[in-house]
Amino acid sequence: MRRWLKQGDLGFKLGTGAFAALVVLIVAGIGFELWRQSWLSIQKFGLSFWINDIWDPVSGEFGARPFIWGTLYSSILALLLATPVSLGIAIYLSELCPARLRMPLTFLTELLAAVPSIVYGIWGVFVLVPAVRAVQRAFPDWLRAVPLFEGPPVGVGMLAAVLILAVMVIPFTSSVAREVLKAVPGSQREAAYALGATRWEAIRAALFYARTGIIGSIILGFGRALGETMAVTMVIGNNPQITLSLFKPQYTMAAVIANEFTEAADNLYLAALIEIGLVLFAITLMVNTASRMLIWSMNRPARAPRAARVPANAEPVGGAA
Amino acid sequence: MRHDAVRRWISTIVVWLCGLSVVLALIPLALILFFVISQGVQALNWDFFTQMPKPVGETGGGFANAILGSLMLIGIGAAFAVPIGVISGVYIAEFPGTRLATLARFAADTLNGVPSIVIGVFVYGIAVMPFRQFSAIAGGVALGVMMIPIVTRTTEELLKLVPPALREGALALGATRGWATLTVVLPAAAPGIITGVVLALARIAGETAPLLFTAFNNRFFSADPTQPISSLTVQVFTYANSPYEDWHRQAWAGALVLVTLVLSCSVLARVATRRLERLQTGH
Repeated sequence: MRRWLKQGDLGFKLGTGAFAALVVLIVAGIGFELWRQSWLSIQKFGLSFWINDIWDPVSGEFGARPFIWGTLYSSILALLLATPVSLGIAIYLSELCPARLRMPLTFLTELLAAVPSIVYGIWGVFVLVPAVRAVQRAFPDWLRAVPLFEGPPVGVGMLAAVLILAVMVIPFTSSVAREVLKAVPGSQREAAYALGATRWEAIRAALFYARTGIIGSIILGFGRALGETMAVTMVIGNNPQITLSLFKPQYTMAAVIANEFTEAADNLYLAALIEIGLVLFAITLMVNTASRMLIWSMNRPARAPRAARVPANAEPVGGAA
Repeated sequence: MRHDAVRRWISTIVVWLCGLSVVLALIPLALILFFVISQGVQALNWDFFTQMPKPVGETGGGFANAILGSLMLIGIGAAFAVPIGVISGVYIAEFPGTRLATLARFAADTLNGVPSIVIGVFVYGIAVMPFRQFSAIAGGVALGVMMIPIVTRTTEELLKLVPPALREGALALGATRGWATLTVVLPAAAPGIITGVVLALARIAGETAPLLFTAFNNRFFSADPTQPISSLTVQVFTYANSPYEDWHRQAWAGALVLVTLVLSCSVLARVATRRLERLQTGH
C-alpha cells in the first residue's frame, strides 16, 4: 500500500478500478433490474408461469411454456444442423486447408457473424420463407400427414427459423473450435501418425484430446441460438403453440419480447414479458459460463503437454441480435 | 490389407466432408450477399439518402431520418462505451490476478453473451420507464452496453501484446505506473484498440433488438436526444414487415447500406490488423 502511495499510483489503480467495477455493476444491474421489474409477475404466477401454456394478455393469463418450448426446440434443432458443419469447418481450416487458402476462408466464414441479424431476417422473409413454402408444397400427402411435417403451407414456421439460426451459429462454434484445435500440441498428431494412423485417425486423436474445448464451443453456439431475436422473430410465425411440427408457426422467448413489449398495455403484461427476459438472461448466463469453463479448461497446465493457448477472444465479433 | 484400404477410404471421405462443410457455410453467405446486393441496388437511389419517409400509401421517400438517427445512436453509444471499455480494459491488463480484474473480465465475457433483446429490456427499465419516454439517449445507452465488453476485451488483449521493455523503459526514467501506461503503453497499443473499436461500432450499427423499445422509432428526424429516434435497422424491420411493395424495396436498400457498412468495416479492420502484425513482427 505504501509503495502505491509513494508512486502516486493509488489514484491510477482506483480510477481505472472504478471503471472495471462499473462493468461488473452493469451485469449485476441487468439481473437486479429484470428481477425488480418482473416482480409483479413472479409474485402473481409463481412457478405456474413456467407450466401454464396459455398466453392471453386480454384476460391477464400468462404462461410461458410455449415460448420456452419454441426457444429450446429451435435452438436444439439448429445446433444439430450447425454442429457437424462447424466442426467440419474447424477441422478443415486448422488441419487440412492449404496455407494460402486459410486466411481468406477463415475471414469468409467469420463474415457470417458480421452480417446483421436484421439482414438475415429480411433475407429469411423474402427468400427463405417462399423457398420453404415451395418445398412443403412439393411434399407428398402421406409425408405431410407425419406429425413432424404437418401444418398449412405458409412458409413461416419452425423450419425457416432453424435454418437461419443454424447459419448464424456456425461462425461462432467453428471459430472457437478452430482455436481449440490449434491449441492441441502437434505431438498428439505425430504420435498418431507414427502408429500408422490415417489422416482422419490423426484428426480424431486431436479431436479427442480437445474434447472439452470442442464441447465448450458447441455450447457457446447454443447460447447464441437461445438469444437470437430479430431473424427468428421475422420467420418463425409468432404463434405460441407447443408442437413438434417443423412447418407450424411457433414462438420464442426473445421473439415475444421483441413483438409485444411496446404493446404491453398494463403493468402485469409488461412484468410477464420482463420475466421471460429475466429467465432468458439466467439461461444464457449459465450456458455461456459453462462453455467458457470448458474452453478455459483446455488452458490448464494440468493437461500436459500443451503447445498453445486458446485465446480468450476466440469468438468473432458479430451480432446475435 | 483390405482393412487398410477401408481406413484410407474413410479418411479420404472425411477429409472431403470437412472441405464440403466450408462450402456449405459459404453458400448461405453468397446467397444473402447476392440477394441483398441485387435487390438493394435496384431500390437504392439518391432519394433513399436524402428524403424523409412518405406517409403510408404514397410511394417514394427515403431513409434520411433513419440514417441520421443511426449515426446519432452510434455516437451516443460510443461516447460512453469507449471510455468505459478502454479504462476497464487497462485495469484488467495492468492488475491481472486481482479479484476485481478476474471479476471484470468474467463480467465482460458475460455481457458479451447476453442476448441483445435482454439488454433492451434492461435499458428500458433504467432509461425509459423512469422518464416515461422513449429516447435517443436510451437507445444509445443500449448500444453502448453492447459495445463495452468488446472494447474492454480488445484493450486488455492488445495491452498485453505491448513489449514489457517499453513499459520498463518508461518506469526506469521515473514515470509512475499510471503515467507509463498513459503515455507509453496505451499509445503503442492505440492502433489495435482503434481497430477493435471500429469492429465494435460495426457490430452495434447492425443491432435492432435493443433499439425496439428504447430508441423506438420516429417518422421524422429530431436532433433532440430526449425524443424517440429512428434507426436504419428498426426502419428496415418495420418496412420489411409492412404489406407495401414499395416499402419492401426500400427495406432491401436499407439492408444493402447496412451490409456495405458492416462488411467494409470488417474488411478494413482485417487489413489494418494484418498491417499492424507486420509492423510488430518487423517483416
